[in-house]
Formats: sequence, C-alpha cells, structure tokens
Amino acid sequence: MTHAVHRAGRHGRRPGQPWPLQRPPGRGRPPGGHRVVVRLLLVLAFGLGLAAFSPGVAHAETAGEQLSGTVQTSRSGPIEDVQIEVAAADGTEIESVETDEDGRWTVELPGPGEYTVTLDEGDLPDGVELSNTNTRTVTVDEGRRQAVIIGLEDGSRGAGGGGVRAVQLLVDGIRFGLLIAMAAVGLSLIFGTTGLTNFAHGELVTIGAVAAWYINVSGGVNLIVATVLAMVVGAAVGALNELALWRPLRRRGTGLIAALVVSIGLSLLLRYLIQVVYGGRSSPYQGFQGGRAVDYGIFTMTNADLVSVIISVVVLVLVALMLQRTKIGKAMRAVSDNRDLAASSGIDVNRVILVVWMMGGALAALGGVLLGLSDQVQWDMGFRLLLLMFAGVTLGGLGTAYGALVGSLIVGVFVQMSTLVIPNDVKYVGGLLLLIVILVIRPQGILGSRARIG
Amino acid sequence: MPADPTPHGATASGAGTSGESGYHPERAGGWTSGDAPQRLAQVALRDLPWEVGVAKPDPAVVVDGVTRTFGGLTAVSVDHLEVQRGGITGLIGPNGAGKTTLFNLLTGFDQPDTGTWSFNGQSLGKMSPHQVARLGVVRTFQLTKALSRLTVLQNMLLGAQDQRGESFFRALVPGTWCAQEKANTEKAMDLLRRFKLDAKKDDFAGTLSGGQRKLLEMARALMSDPQVVMLDEPMAGVNPALTQSLLGHVKDLREQGMTVIFVEHDMDVVRDISDWVVVMAAGRIIAEGPPESISQNQAVVDAYLGAHHDAPLTVEEEDQVLAEAERTIAREQGSDGDVLGSERGPERTDR
Amino acid sequence: MADLLNALAVAGKSALGFQAIFFALLAIGINVQFGYAGLLNFGQIAFAMLGGFGIAISVSKWGIPFWAGVLVGLAAAVVLALLLGLPTLRLRADYLAIATIATAEGLRLLFRSVSATPVTNGTRGLSGFNGDFIALAPWNTSQRYSILGTSWSGGELWVAAIGWLLVILGSLLVFLLMRSPWGRVLKSIREDEDAVRSLGKNVYVYKMQALVLGGVFGALGGMVYAVGTGSAVPDQYQNANTFLAYAALILGGAARVLGPVIGAMILLFILQFADTGLRLLISNGVIPEDLLSSTDVAQIRFILVGVGLMLLLIFRPQGIFGDRREVMLDAR
Repeated sequence: MTHAVHRAGRHGRRPGQPWPLQRPPGRGRPPGGHRVVVRLLLVLAFGLGLAAFSPGVAHAETAGEQLSGTVQTSRSGPIEDVQIEVAAADGTEIESVETDEDGRWTVELPGPGEYTVTLDEGDLPDGVELSNTNTRTVTVDEGRRQAVIIGLEDGSRGAGGGGVRAVQLLVDGIRFGLLIAMAAVGLSLIFGTTGLTNFAHGELVTIGAVAAWYINVSGGVNLIVATVLAMVVGAAVGALNELALWRPLRRRGTGLIAALVVSIGLSLLLRYLIQVVYGGRSSPYQGFQGGRAVDYGIFTMTNADLVSVIISVVVLVLVALMLQRTKIGKAMRAVSDNRDLAASSGIDVNRVILVVWMMGGALAALGGVLLGLSDQVQWDMGFRLLLLMFAGVTLGGLGTAYGALVGSLIVGVFVQMSTLVIPNDVKYVGGLLLLIVILVIRPQGILGSRARIG
Repeated sequence: MPADPTPHGATASGAGTSGESGYHPERAGGWTSGDAPQRLAQVALRDLPWEVGVAKPDPAVVVDGVTRTFGGLTAVSVDHLEVQRGGITGLIGPNGAGKTTLFNLLTGFDQPDTGTWSFNGQSLGKMSPHQVARLGVVRTFQLTKALSRLTVLQNMLLGAQDQRGESFFRALVPGTWCAQEKANTEKAMDLLRRFKLDAKKDDFAGTLSGGQRKLLEMARALMSDPQVVMLDEPMAGVNPALTQSLLGHVKDLREQGMTVIFVEHDMDVVRDISDWVVVMAAGRIIAEGPPESISQNQAVVDAYLGAHHDAPLTVEEEDQVLAEAERTIAREQGSDGDVLGSERGPERTDR
Repeated sequence: MADLLNALAVAGKSALGFQAIFFALLAIGINVQFGYAGLLNFGQIAFAMLGGFGIAISVSKWGIPFWAGVLVGLAAAVVLALLLGLPTLRLRADYLAIATIATAEGLRLLFRSVSATPVTNGTRGLSGFNGDFIALAPWNTSQRYSILGTSWSGGELWVAAIGWLLVILGSLLVFLLMRSPWGRVLKSIREDEDAVRSLGKNVYVYKMQALVLGGVFGALGGMVYAVGTGSAVPDQYQNANTFLAYAALILGGAARVLGPVIGAMILLFILQFADTGLRLLISNGVIPEDLLSSTDVAQIRFILVGVGLMLLLIFRPQGIFGDRREVMLDAR
C-alpha cells in the first residue's frame, strides 16, 4: 500500500499528529459547531438576496498564502526534481517549481482563491505511477498555507504480472461496485416510487461523508460511531428532502421534467454549500489513513477495504431481506411497481416514499463514508459517484432495487478492470462509455421491461 | 384546391394506392350529407358467414399470424383478420383483450414477435409509425394526445402531410411554404367548423374539455387525408351531449369512403354504427360478424357478455384487476390486513 | 455610494462581455433542444468544449488557419450530437439527460488526462490561438476604451462585437425556424411524441436536427469563450456551466426567442453584482472574515444559481417575463 504524502503549515511536520487537525495558528478552531452553522446561514441569507450593502472603509490585508507538498511513496522514498506547476482558476500560471531532495515543494501565492496544482508525470521515476489524476484543485483561504496531495502508487499493489493484476482489479472492482450499489439503491427506489430522476443524490453521499468527517475528525469521535451518526444525518437529510421539497412539489403537480431540473438546482446548491463549509481540500478520516495492505496470496487489501466490503455485503443483504420480507419492504416494491394500484389498495404511499428517502439517505451516507475511507473526503465526491450510480441503475433497469445492485456491481468491476487497457486517470470515462453502450443495446436494463404505448 | 376540403380531394397525398376501390365519397359536398348514408360496406358484408378469419370482398387491412407477448403473457395472437374497405369495423372485448396492443402493432408503435400484416397489399411489417401514417393509416389514442401548448389551429396544421416547410432548410425560406400553409389553414378551418371548434382556433389545446380534445384529435387525424382511421375508444370520457356529435362524425368518415376501425366498450354505440364487429378476448379473436350476430354468439357470451351485458365494462374490469391484486398482496402480507383497503373486499363477492 | 456605482458598472460590463455571450449562445442551443423540442441535454458544455478546443487544437497543434479551426470545432460538435442522439433519442427523455451529463464529464476527464496531453496539453490547456482573429479588429486592440464608466480592451470589444453579432444571427435563425412548420413539429414533439408520430412525422429526425442545431450553438459559445479568454483549459468547461445556461434560459423564459439572451444578461449581471458586492462587504468588514472569506465568494455564484433554479421552477416556471397560463398546461 502506498499513498501520497503531503505537508502543510508553516511549522513543518509534527509527527504523530494527523494533518487535518493542523491549522495555521490564529485561525481558531476548525470549522465546526456554531461557526459552520453561522457560515451556512450567512451563505443562505445571501443566496436568498437578503444581504444589504453598507458602506465601510476598513480593508484588511493579510499576506502569505502558500501551497506546499511532498512527493514521495513508501517504496521509492522522496522523489527529487519533479516539476510542480501551480495555476490560478482561470488558467494563468503562477509558478512552476521542482521538488527538492526531500521531495518537498513550496509555491507562494499572489492571494487567496482557487488554484490548480499539476504534477508533471514525466518526471516520476520508473515504477511510480499516479493513483488518480496528476492535478488537484484547491481553495486557499486568506493567509492560509495549504498542503496539496497528489496520489502516487509505486506499483507494490499491481506487482506480479497481468493475471494477478486482473484479480487485484477484480477485487477492487467488487469493493467499488458494492459501494456504488449501496448509494444507488436509494436512487433507484426513489425513481421507482416517485418517478424522480434525482440528480441531487450524489450530494446525499457527500453529506454523509462530510458529516462523518466532522464528527470523526473535528469531534474526535470514533469512526464507527461517527458513521452511524452520519447515517442518521443522511436519513434526516433524506426525510427533509421529501418533506420540505418533494412532497409539496408532488402536491402542486409539478411535472417530472421540472422536478428533475429542481433536483439539479438542489444539487448545485448543496454541492457548493458543502464546498464553502468544508472547503476544497481532500482529507482522510482519523485513524484509518495509514492502513497497511494485507496480502491474501493473489490479491492484497487493506483492512479498511476489507471492512468496507463486509459492511457493504451485510447492508445490501439486509436491504434485500427488508424488501423481500418486511411489510414496508413489500409496500415499497408495490408502490414501485404500480403507484396508483398500491394507493388504491390502501397503502399509505406518502409514508412509503418517506421511508424510501430516509433509507436512501442513510445508505448514501454510509456509501459516502466508505468512499471517504478509500479515496478521502472531498466536496464533490458524491457528484462524481453520481454518474457511476446512474450507469449502474440504468444498466440494471431504472426503478428496480435489485437491478441497481447488479448494475452497480458490473459498473464497479468494469471501471476498475478497464485500467488493464486504459490509463488510470480516464477509467471513469470507460464507465460512462459503458453506460452509453448499454443504452444502445438494452435501454430497459438487465432486469427492466419494455413499457407499453397508448 | 383550397375549396376542396375532402380527404380525397386533389390535395390528397400518398393516396395513390386507393384509386381502384370505388368506395369513394360523392364529392366535396359529401361532408354534410347525413341523410342518404351509403352503407355499401354493410351490403357487401351481409352475406358473409359469421366466422373468425372470414375473407372479405375488398379488404383494406389484412393481418396474418400476428403474435405479441409481454414476458410470459400473450397480449395478441391473431391468426387471420381482414378489414373491409369503406366500412366501420368495431373492435370489442374485455380490458386486457389486446385491442390497444393490436392497434399499436398495426400502426408501427409496437413490434410483434411474429406475423405479417398489410394495407392495400403493402406489407406494414417493420415500418415505423410515421411511415404507416404516411401510407394513409392514422390512429387516435385511448388517452387523448392533444398538444397542450399549441393552439387548436396549430394542432390541426400539424396533421397536414407533405409540408414543404417541415424540412429544416426550406423552413428558413418562408417563400417556399407560405402558399401551402395558407391552403392548409383553410382546410383546417373547414374541418374545425365542421367539428364546431372554429371559435376555439386560437386557444391552447390544453384548455379544451375532454370531449373537445377527442374531437380535435379526430379532426387532426383527418387533416392527413387518411384512408384508414383507427380510433381507440373515441367515446371514452366524452359527455353524452358530445357523444352523438362524435358518432355522427364517425359515420361521416364512412360516407367519405374511409375505412374506420374503432375500439369501444359501449355496446349501444357499437350496434349503432358498426358494419362489422370483431371480438377479442385474451389476445385472440373469438368471434366476428355483423353487430346483431354478436349477442347471439356463444363464444362471446361465454367470454364476457353473458354476465354483464350493457354495463360499462371498464369499471368492472378494473375492479376485478384490483381485487386480484389485493388478493396477491394479501397473500404476501399473510393475515395482516391493515395495509389493504377493506371496502373493496365484499364488492367482488357481490357481483 | 461610489462603491455601489462601481459594482453596478462592473456587473453591467459582465452582462455585455464575452461571458454573457458564452452563456447566451449555450442557452440558445438549450432553448432549441429543451425549450422547443423537450430534449434534456445536460451536457451542453461538452459541445462548448469541442468548439473551443476545435479552434485551439487546430491552430496551436496542427497549425491550420483560425477559420479552418472554427469549422473543425463545428464539425466536432455535429459529430458528438449524432453520436449522442443515435442511441438515446429513441428512448425516454431522462436517458438522454443521463447520457449527455455522463459524456460531458467523461470528455472533460479525457481532455485533461495524461493520455490526451500531447493534443490538449492536459490540465494546462492551450493558449495563443486567437491572434488571427484579434488581428481582424478594425480598431487598435492594444488600447483601452472607456464605455459608460467601464474599461474595455480593444480585443475584448472586438470579441464582444462579433459575439453579439453571432447571438443576433442565432436568435434570428431560431425566430425563423420556430415560426415555420418545422418549428411547429418541434414544439409538438415536446408536447407528445407519439401523437406526432401518428401524424406521419419522423420524430427521430427532428429530434436529431434539434440536438445538432443546439450543439452547434453550444460549440459557437465555446469558441467565443475560448477566444475571449485566449486559452482553452479543460477545467474551464465544468458541467456546472451547463446548469448556469439552464438557469439563464429559464430566467429569461424557455421557448421564447429572446429568452435565453435576456436571461444570460440578467444572470451575469446578478452573479457579477453579487460577486463584487460580497467581496466589498467582506473587505469592508461588514461580513466578518471568519464567517465568509473572499475565496468562498466564487462558490456563491453556483449556490445562487442552484437556489435560483429551484425557486424559478417552483414558483415561476415561465421565467420572469413569461405567461404562467401557458406553462401550467404542461401535463407532464
């Protein structure tokens, strides 16, 4: 197992302290508690056009924004002479530097804002590869010195030739597919019960991951407890979605297309709200970042990943059992199958939909935490996953819970296995291509059926 | 040319195959002639045996061995069916008998698993809906498809065929299509007057009542100068006052020489206007013959007429479907009944 | 007061600058697709990216003339529209939505990937391809001009002039098309495809034409943007921009010829005014820096758009000038 190393702050590395806790002195406590709430409210207030102008003169000036990082892997050690380029959000280059003998680099910034850091892949020694893309976009606050991580792999995972690499990728793919499935079950059930193509479902994933991050890292709570709490938050957000937005909209008779665009608005709102509150960085959970890979003969897996697989399987089996055996599960399938018929059979459709939203929210939150475990927590992680969820759900057949499961697994495995033939940083493109191929061959999905006209 | 509003006037397009039949309307004035109905089809069909798949003297539509299954359910399985040209053929049967599916298959909206069917000897298999329509076979839908945010007149104009201005590049040069548009508008206004919708020509179609939408949909179909008109439940949801008017219009289509196929549940309507009735049940044709033959047919009585006669079948059928679904859910729920509507339980035993 | 005037002037400039043109062209394309034909293209930004990179790659990498690059960009957009439409236009509307959003994200990832670096220069993108175009300006492009209290460079003015010309021509084209029988078929498809099919129209071809036409507008928008900024960087073409264009369209009123244009101008004005105003409030200390730093301001525009989209669709689906009666007829 390898992972990128990074460095931050003006005081050098303090071993033993997880870096997300490090903040430049004078910035006060990390964004949590009241401050977050107030920031949220402020943003909302402004968003609703309540902010008013008032004149003033003071102009605060703090200098010294800086980006820094370290390029190294566990096998190769620090890597020297790797070119790092920092560019502003509009594409203009700020500075281009090379790493020193400790693999470190630092770039002084002209001011706060969004910056893109690009690592020149050609400078990496043989055997060291990018684990994802060679760039990172970070938002730097005023006076902040921010660390930048660019994930690297030194090949210790994929070593051992094509066959073994394929097995490794298959296992990774199954893990990833299970994760997509968990997030996508809710998406599919919501579509089935309400007809809504919910483009804001990815944000439920992000909210779960970020909520767990705040509870875990800022609150210092054990990750397992934090995950459970995050699922509660997810369920609550799901319920809020339904009660405050979608149920009133259904009552108003808002069309499905209009509802779809509303969900996009909600997605934008939530996504960028999360970015304002949480920031543009990516950070790991506390206590799980350094998980070492355990060798299982033909493949290796970190304990965190193993736990992720086990949790996914258990949860998905529970969901299936619930759909199959319990009263509410059957009601869900009935509403999914034929809403009017279900309603006329005395099923409280609104209650069923509320439960679907809560369940979907909780599962998405759990998926978010698991994704955060493997890929770190980022403000747009859910949106990126959303497209793969759509691919999975479409593959399985829109609106069917089991279809979502099967489809997501296939998408996850396909995305990981595709790196056998295509570069790692375009693997999502392969998944999206698969989606389009499915649409050509079998638009109703594996488990779906054709609709009648007229 | 604009003075001739009949579907078989000089503007008729794609109608080249129809010339030979001789069931043409008299002329333009034929629109309002109701008092001297030409029931040529009825005459031609009078002596035919009342049996399934019987050959008609002058068939417009011929169906052979068409089957369509949804999953394990056979929705349509028709061995042989001929539809007499220039007549009104009623298609009846309980809900789920496959009537609408047959309509969908004939008009290209659905593809069958097997079988062939033809119009004027030309095979329609593998044709898409717009190709079928261009041949002169137009349909309406069970749930009216008025184009809500277009005006009534725009709805009508859409029905006209071979419009030059519907091509992307010619659309940019109004000179190429203005004259045709004007002629079409006059034709549309004639039809609207006939269907008593001319006062509403600038209203959005979405503001019309259900019955008016049915009328509009029929009028719009007529804009395309069809040879075969397929009406899927034209009277459903129409108030009684409009029903008579609609019936008159359907009869007029026959006077115009069009072949009419319609799906209907109201047996009085079927008896009133049909020249020939085809009965479907469970995807098969179980009987065909003149309207008066149907109530005597044992297969039909067995299939569904026996129990309910003139009652509107839709409601009954829905109740049955619902009751069936309830039973299924009840089985799954075990004995627990609070998710179920209890008020429907006794009803199904009453009937 | 001077600050307020200044903020208004800056916002006014951005409502007339190349960014407004960019969104106007994107929204005109979406108007053809979504407003008139009911097609959900959520990947309009992909067409813009192909337009921008069409010029950038042609000029910077292949060394062919600027105007040939324009043709390359347009051709690429047409091909993308055909590729997207072929599988999805026969299917339900949301499949096109999913396919287009996936394509937009996928193409951007592809363009910024290491494998594409030889062609697109990866995340750094391309620049220095608009010289031929700027050189055509009839005035001195290196000088700055002051118009109504705002300062424009000659190049900016030239891009804006040609851009607005494109917008006017595009609107005229849409106007001509939508009053023709072709436009009538398109609007009917939005209402009910099956009804249109049953009347003998080849719905598939019309939808494809709408998708291609809208995509070409998107590509033109991308070209204006690339020429305006002087660079083509994959990450400029974030898919959130597609939704900004949707917001512009719905703000101005969908299915109206000038809706997308007015919407784009108003949207840019509001966004820029909010941006300047918020920064002003922060630097004045009215909003404590602890609560909202000036770096967060960039995100505010998307939050604004998100809230705006929701509120508009819920309370004024007809846009700010539209007729509610018409929209309420929408049965879907």
